[in-house]
Amino acid sequence: MLLEIENLAVEVAGKKVLKNINLSIGEGETHVLLGPNGAGKSTLFLTILGFPQYKVVQGSIKFKGQDITELTTAERVQLGIGVSFQTPPSIRGVSVRDLLKIESHQDMDEDLNPRMKELADQLKFSDEFLDRDVNYGFSGGEVKRSEILQLLAQMPDFTMFDEPDSGVDIENVELIASEIGTLLDKDKPQGSRKRSGLLITHLGYILNFVSADKAHVLIDGVISCSGNPTEILEDIRKNGFNGCVECAQCL
Amino acid sequence: MDVLSVRNVYEDAERAKDKKAPIGADVTIENFTDETLNAIDMIDDLDDLNRQTKKDLLKVGVDTDEKNRSGSFLQVDQSNIFTNNAMSNSVEVMNIGVALDKYKWLEDYIWNVVKPDADKYTAKTALREQKDGINSGYFVRSLPGTREVMPVQACMFIGEEGIMQTAHNVIIAEENSELHLITGCATGDDISSAMHVGVSEMYLKPGAKITFTMVHNWAEQVEVRPRTGVKLMDNSTYINNYILTSPVSTLQSYPTAYCDGENSRAIFQSIQGGKKDSIIDVGSRVLLNAKGARGEVISRAVSQDESKIYSRGHLAGTVPEVKGHLECHGLVLDDDSFIYAVPELEASSANLEMSHEAAVGKISEDEINYLTSRGISEEDAESMIVRGFLNMDITGLPDELAEQTQNMIDMSVEGM
Ligand SMILES: Nc1ncnc2c1ncn2[C@@H]1O[C@H](COP(=O)(O)OP(=O)(O)O)[C@@H](O)[C@H]1O
Ligand SMILES: [Mg+2]
Repeated sequence: MLLEIENLAVEVAGKKVLKNINLSIGEGETHVLLGPNGAGKSTLFLTILGFPQYKVVQGSIKFKGQDITELTTAERVQLGIGVSFQTPPSIRGVSVRDLLKIESHQDMDEDLNPRMKELADQLKFSDEFLDRDVNYGFSGGEVKRSEILQLLAQMPDFTMFDEPDSGVDIENVELIASEIGTLLDKDKPQGSRKRSGLLITHLGYILNFVSADKAHVLIDGVISCSGNPTEILEDIRKNGFNGCVECAQCL
Repeated sequence: MDVLSVRNVYEDAERAKDKKAPIGADVTIENFTDETLNAIDMIDDLDDLNRQTKKDLLKVGVDTDEKNRSGSFLQVDQSNIFTNNAMSNSVEVMNIGVALDKYKWLEDYIWNVVKPDADKYTAKTALREQKDGINSGYFVRSLPGTREVMPVQACMFIGEEGIMQTAHNVIIAEENSELHLITGCATGDDISSAMHVGVSEMYLKPGAKITFTMVHNWAEQVEVRPRTGVKLMDNSTYINNYILTSPVSTLQSYPTAYCDGENSRAIFQSIQGGKKDSIIDVGSRVLLNAKGARGEVISRAVSQDESKIYSRGHLAGTVPEVKGHLECHGLVLDDDSFIYAVPELEASSANLEMSHEAAVGKISEDEINYLTSRGISEEDAESMIVRGFLNMDITGLPDELAEQTQNMIDMSVEGM
């Protein structure tokens, strides 16, 4: 297993948000995490990433066989985890170009490498745009595309996307979905994929464009069901998340 | 000298010689020695300076190769050891004493926009002039209708332990001319304690523009009291950039621009990095005294290592149809450091527009987290944010100078 979460419980600001979470993602697999607003999806995402406010009170997270529960965020990222945020902060004086150089392990004094320039172009960013302060005054779509571009600079082994489709118009969703495909080895046959990912979405819209191997539904901080993404999504579309609550009760 | 004595400059100074400055720690001037005027020999070439001094000068933007410069001036302690006035037909660069000999009219510009009795530091400077003659400091002037994009570089350097350096500078941009200055102040590596008082008077004739970029790099026990006044006539523009990111004992300055001409405009941009117990008190004041005048004061301050920064700004509108904006942002990096932002707006007329924006706080945790999620360590993330915060875009410089200035800022901010 690439990522193994066992019996995880998490507290945020003194409040228990996640309970008894078990989740395993293998090499080359893409999982989706569905669930209503406030269920705890972002909390799980940020706990895997290791943000200091998210306290693991029980259980463990293993990545590539190593227990990472006590590692800092930077250390986890250096092991091969990458993320795209739902609403990242803007930072004055730190440009997209600076970040791309760091993420692609380039020297800050060098010009941005041609491969990155090409990728920026693919994501519809002009060269001038790269000099803007990251996320400062960006539109919803620009924020998401910049997150994806930064991931393309890193090419992590395991990538988590928090609501990559929210606030993005249809045309951009397809563009973003196609780059998510690149990050998750979707261009390769299923058996030979190496990169893995976790897609978080409460609407499931992005799934029209990105295929997934397994879906999990998070309700009230608990994974209430896991299974075939198409079937689960169909059920949610028919019955809402209530169906999942009932489903959990059957288990 | 006639004009000055008629104007009672020295009597005023005599009366003010014990007058404390309204703000800033009171420095005991008597603790510092008066270095003899012109005790150090002139040099023929900036290249003759030793390697360490060259490096010290470069740090404050003074290039000893004089590349991309339109003139140079160097004062070490109380001696003007180098002047290069031959680089441009548009600007004049001279020792103030030489200039006063050459131009009788220059006396009218001495102690005019800075008062000799402002405080004991200006008084001391004036009284020393009474004794030694007005011989320390520079005179820079752009000729009418000229536009020299390359900057004049001027430097005040302290090389002797325990001295008090004074200088009196006059800068004049004649009608419809454009003038750029880079001024650096620094101390030699082996200096631990000294004092610097620089009186600078600037005059912008109608349609003129001056940009004045100053980088300070003092030693940890140096007391600094610059005193600057700027007079703006119709349609003139003054841009002041100030950068201090190295430790100092105490530094207090409050440059004041008098927008006396219609549609004149003054912009002050400053970057202050407080370190190692420094007490930095920097303000900028713009008096909007004529129709259409505009003033902007923008500052970024970061305090750490038990430093204290007082970041002041004062805009005063005295007539209708003027505009001013004050912006003051501070980051406090640890619990023992301190920033006190004092933005002041004063309107003594109706129908004017003035605003201010001030925010002081610690580094945003969200921003640090965001950078760590890109694999950057927390420590590196912090310094990236601080550098980004300080590294403001400096406006109003010609392209040739903008890049150089940006490099200077990058270099200053690099060590933060
Ligand atoms: N930093 C935080 N401080 C306080 N409460 C939080 C914080 N992060 C999440 N929560 C709480 O945890 C619960 C789950 O939130 P979240 O993980 O953002 O849900 P989702 O992403 O599924 O919409 C919510 O009740 C939310 O208010
Ligand atoms: Mg969320």
